[in-house]
Amino acid sequence: MLTKRIIPCLDVKNGRVVKGKSFVELRDAGDPVELASFYYKEGADELVFLDITATPEERDTMVDIIERISKEVFIPLTVGGGLRSISDIRRILMAGADKVSINTAAVLKPPLIREGADKFGSQCIVVSIDAKRVESSKEPRWEVYSYSGQRPTAIDALVWARQVVALGAGELLLTSIDADGHRAGYDIELTRAVSEAVTVPVIASGGAGTLEDLYQALVSGKADAVLAASIFHYGTYSIAETKRYLAQKGIPIRL
Amino acid sequence: MIVIIDYGAGNLRSVANALTRLGCQPKVTSRPRDLLNARAVILPGVGAAAETMKNLKTLGMVTPICQFIGDGRPFLGVCIGLQILFAGTEEGGWHECLGVIPGQVRKLPAGLKIPHMGWNQVKQIGSHPIFDGIPDEANFYFVHSYYVEPDDKSLAAGETEYGIRLCSVIARGNVIATQFHPEKSGELGLRMYGNFIKLAMERS
Repeated sequence: MLTKRIIPCLDVKNGRVVKGKSFVELRDAGDPVELASFYYKEGADELVFLDITATPEERDTMVDIIERISKEVFIPLTVGGGLRSISDIRRILMAGADKVSINTAAVLKPPLIREGADKFGSQCIVVSIDAKRVESSKEPRWEVYSYSGQRPTAIDALVWARQVVALGAGELLLTSIDADGHRAGYDIELTRAVSEAVTVPVIASGGAGTLEDLYQALVSGKADAVLAASIFHYGTYSIAETKRYLAQKGIPIRL
Repeated sequence: MIVIIDYGAGNLRSVANALTRLGCQPKVTSRPRDLLNARAVILPGVGAAAETMKNLKTLGMVTPICQFIGDGRPFLGVCIGLQILFAGTEEGGWHECLGVIPGQVRKLPAGLKIPHMGWNQVKQIGSHPIFDGIPDEANFYFVHSYYVEPDDKSLAAGETEYGIRLCSVIARGNVIATQFHPEKSGELGLRMYGNFIKLAMERS
């Protein structure tokens, strides 16, 4: 039986992981190579790296980091943040990434999804969707935001999810802007709505605070994988403990 | 020398990294003549089968690969590298493949999420040395939308459940091929590459 995936997310800025300062087991909690290696040994199923660097020059650093990580971490690596073109995608894949996550570029230029899927295969094109609940709506509705959740697009999240899958996205990384950072649980309703709307796997993101939250996203939210950052970086829960908890509750997990 | 075939797509960097980690110095190449002196050949792959076949044809790799396999020399196919060993695939219409193994490549049945993406168990059939030191039902990383159906069912050395019971490892003499990605399957995946290298060294 296919297992549910537990995915730590590392935000990288200027070659350093931001967040995660309280990691006592590591010599240097800010070094992405060391942190990636640590999560690999702990049993993470995949890793996601989000490059929150501003300039193209600094992106060379990300390429170098992925090259180094792929030499010692033998699980799938997804890289997102600032990828705008086929050549950006090719460069990071050649460095050792297995998948790329595109967000704003997909909104600005949807054909990039099709082009990327044709060139590299759907399996490596992850479309990242940042969605925010539309408060005024009676029926539950969510709006897609671009530019790191800063800019509303007037696109409906469910419509967009179906569209990007039709264009060739092999997986969706779904973040609830409302839940993100609050550590009060994923937006279950959003996660389930998107997961039921598409045929590709959905990674739930934003809001993990407790292990029960992860459980709910997988069961009630019907997510195929859960992504979390701070609960792992700050050592609230280890990957191993997270996986044991979920396995005990009957979720298929790789232990 | 272990050769990894570079046909422009694929995740050969990861495969090369895995072998390097095991102490090998693999040669990544797109030149057919490099197969002549190879002790073993690895055909990695992600993406579409038809595209892979097209690229191999352009490089003049089709005949050298078939000859290498026909000579009984150690060959490992991964993912698309498994699928294109078959007679043909229904991916994107019908496309003829290498025809090294009689059988076909079919789309996974609807109903479950496609691609089949993530860690799933491999049930070992018999006791092939490629599984040395690897527990039965161990998890490996899969990502695919099509699966292989060998005419001769006894070629399946490993099987995996995903809606159907699919063949996830093929073993026929010198040819071993996996639907999953050992290079992305953690320490047990590395062990599988180690087992392949050991088999290759014993054979050659």
